[in-house]
Amino acid sequence: MKWRVDNVHPVIDGEPAAEATSVLVVDGRITALGADLSGERVEREVDGAGQWLLPGLIDLNCHLPEPGSDRGGSIESETRAAARGGFTTVCTTPDTSPVNDSGAVTHLIRDVAARNGHTRVLPVGALTRGLEGERLSDMVGLTRAGCVALGNGGHATASSRVLRRCMAYAHTFDIRLFLQPENASLASDGCAHDGLVAARLGLPGIPEVAETTAVNELLMLAEETGANLHLGPLSCARSVALVRAAKEAGHSVTAEVGIAHLVATEAAIEGYNGTFHSRPPLRTEADRRALLEGVESGVIDAIVSQHRPSDKAAKLAPFPETQPGLSTVESTLSLGLERVAAGELSRGALLRSLTSGPARVLGLEAPAIAEDAVADLTLVAPEQHWTPAVRSLYSAGPHLPVMERELPGVVMLTAVDGRIRHEHGGDGS
Amino acid sequence: MQDIEQLLDRMTDDLRAHINARGLSSLCPVGIRTGGVWVAQALRERLGIQTECGELDITFYRDDFSRIGLHPRVSPSRLPFETEGQHLLLVDDVIMSGRTIRAAMNELFDYGRPESITLAALVDLGRRELPIQPDVTGTHETLGPRQRIKLRGPETLELAVEEVPDA
Amino acid sequence: MPETSRDLQLTADGELRHFLAIEGLGQALLTRILDTADSFIEVGERTIKKVPLLRGRTVVNLFFEPSTRTRSTFELAAKRLSADVLNLDIGTSATSKGESLSDTLLNLRAMASDMFVMRHSQSGAPHFVAQSVTPDVAIINAGDGRHEHPTQAMLDMLTIRQHMKTFSGLRVAIVGDVQHSRVARSQIRALNTLGVDEVRLIAPDTLLPHEPEALGARVFHRMEEGLRNVDVIIMLRLQHERMEGALLPSESEFYRMYGLTREKLAYANPGALVMHPGPINRGVEIESAVADGPQSVILGQVTNGIAVRMAVMSMSMGGQLNERQSGTGEGVAST
Repeated sequence: MKWRVDNVHPVIDGEPAAEATSVLVVDGRITALGADLSGERVEREVDGAGQWLLPGLIDLNCHLPEPGSDRGGSIESETRAAARGGFTTVCTTPDTSPVNDSGAVTHLIRDVAARNGHTRVLPVGALTRGLEGERLSDMVGLTRAGCVALGNGGHATASSRVLRRCMAYAHTFDIRLFLQPENASLASDGCAHDGLVAARLGLPGIPEVAETTAVNELLMLAEETGANLHLGPLSCARSVALVRAAKEAGHSVTAEVGIAHLVATEAAIEGYNGTFHSRPPLRTEADRRALLEGVESGVIDAIVSQHRPSDKAAKLAPFPETQPGLSTVESTLSLGLERVAAGELSRGALLRSLTSGPARVLGLEAPAIAEDAVADLTLVAPEQHWTPAVRSLYSAGPHLPVMERELPGVVMLTAVDGRIRHEHGGDGS
Repeated sequence: MQDIEQLLDRMTDDLRAHINARGLSSLCPVGIRTGGVWVAQALRERLGIQTECGELDITFYRDDFSRIGLHPRVSPSRLPFETEGQHLLLVDDVIMSGRTIRAAMNELFDYGRPESITLAALVDLGRRELPIQPDVTGTHETLGPRQRIKLRGPETLELAVEEVPDA
Repeated sequence: MPETSRDLQLTADGELRHFLAIEGLGQALLTRILDTADSFIEVGERTIKKVPLLRGRTVVNLFFEPSTRTRSTFELAAKRLSADVLNLDIGTSATSKGESLSDTLLNLRAMASDMFVMRHSQSGAPHFVAQSVTPDVAIINAGDGRHEHPTQAMLDMLTIRQHMKTFSGLRVAIVGDVQHSRVARSQIRALNTLGVDEVRLIAPDTLLPHEPEALGARVFHRMEEGLRNVDVIIMLRLQHERMEGALLPSESEFYRMYGLTREKLAYANPGALVMHPGPINRGVEIESAVADGPQSVILGQVTNGIAVRMAVMSMSMGGQLNERQSGTGEGVAST
């Protein structure tokens, strides 16, 4: 397929170019950039006037509920939502059912994704069997089957000894680790930030130290074992400070934050609003500010959707019994742009943390709008707006941080490997 | 509107006649809050009754609970005497539908079984919805569709006709 | 966005339609509950202790957590309002997941229930039911997790008002396991809303929420300081599990530091009221001589408990019915 975008501003290192240009895509690659490519005969011409052309967005933390129960979506529905959100690559978490702790499950995910997916799907395998934190998974087998990293899928590994061995073994084979820091015994039966709101609502709290002690432990163990550690999602200011200190000391650690933690705080759970039940919990405004600052300064490498679609029933329960997680993959970019508009985050930092930042974490070369680059592309109309509403969502999970309110930034087109997988106003396939 | 003192005097006379005719001894007065209590006290003095006046708050017995909910102001009923086997004088300021009296009688029976109940009302507006009639009435009045009558007190009792504001 | 507690509990006219939490209710409404309860106390002294307010209505006592005492008080209150009462003790094991909770309640509503009196181990469970499951059934919170136990708190407020006449100027100390106490959360809110001078919490840090000031109280760690100039002392019940959870070393050490003895009572104002939601652990929270002493109002709260529950049940039922009828009410009461 041969197609072209005209009058568009390519985004280079997070900054849209001042000059508009045309971009020609042939068979999965960008073959030419230039002011006038109209001489080329193409199958499709797209007018990109007033729009940005970004290297496709990369999501390091996106739960695709397959294999699993048929409630709460599928690889098909959720990657379609991801493509609508501008993502061309999503890393899917290992906490599927069954857990992705064997090559067979990894192959299954990749097969379904190849057949039904609308984005690239990079599986993250389970660090321990069943994510139970006791026995190592077949780490090499998983990576050979296609896992780009191994992780704990939000299930804290209770034993430090097991964790240390996981890291040492992973280091032996140069396997990347995606670990969500949480001290299980400190988090205990908590379901909300151990702060003002939880105290008032009488909800069991998850203290900040449940995260910071785990960050510390993981940093120490990674330093000692030499493991390639990616931490997150982070939820509090002190975690950002710990990662900053580790980076300044020369450790090669990377980190991520979920978009929900950049837009909401513990105040969102007032009235026992189960939509905002998330893990790690939403914390204070000071934490939110520090996380934004972490993205701005680059201490946090990637903004992730931490998309966790769940059907309506999963949130229809008393708050502690609701399923944690929000449906965010469709709105991550727009929510970020809203923060940019609010002056809380620079545009460059936002766009880098959705493109080059996560690419670096995955060890990929810096994505670019350049000749011969793979045509994973996201075309965004920054001045246009859209309003998330249950009826019009692609994701099976209706629990967005923002509903029935206008958000800035419409993804006009998403192309994966040169193939257009989403088009605004089209049917998306 | 007629002078209240005259109305009370007439009611006192009629009550005396009623008491004699029936051969009632020692009536125990019970007023329905708020206006009925004032009238009951006035009648008690005029009749020279020794027993203290009882006060009924019929909030918990109203038959319009399912339509308008619990009335915001409620205070405890107070019956400073045993009602079992007694002759009661039940007093209200205004009688119309008869529903208040029904509620009051239901409430009285929860204190015990009185020997008899005599009903006295200062003003009878007619328009009865239940088969309840006072034994003694001060005056009969007819109101317009948007009017209501109100007894003011307790220092000086005064009847006033008010216009009901449009809903 | 889910409604706040205030919106959820009140009708458009500001009448009670559910009773979920003290938080969100104003002084006038709390005072009305107490006034109405006063009238129900009088009803309890009659030959026939029953009023017809809830005649023909069905009240379901839904206890997902066992509590014979609280349930019986609610049952008696409902019966004295002439309601039909159905008692369901649903063990925590039988149903705890949200979905089955919804199913259970929807089935009960289909049986023409008008009111659910609900106790649940999860904070916010009655809130969830009122908001998402059966908003047209009046929900009375009989204790949810560690969130609120509003009828117990109102009963304590009634007791305080009976003894102290007014709330203004009072200093009240709440002693013990505040962190896990739904009663304490309701009490603190009620006391502040009714206008006491100061609410104090006296406990070790392990028995206090992470940010206790958020509850609207001043924190003390020692009885000698916390009880000084106090007019009312509320002792909370200490659960035996607290020792297993490594929150306290032992009952005897708790008694040494926080048990209310005659000696510690002397720090408070003379004649200070001593309250306890019961049942008392003698020699753990309170010395027998204090519990049975002249300043104690631990017993004799049963009457108040029934009256307060009658008040919130009739007021909430009234608000619900009023709302169902809204627009058809005539406004002028017939005389």
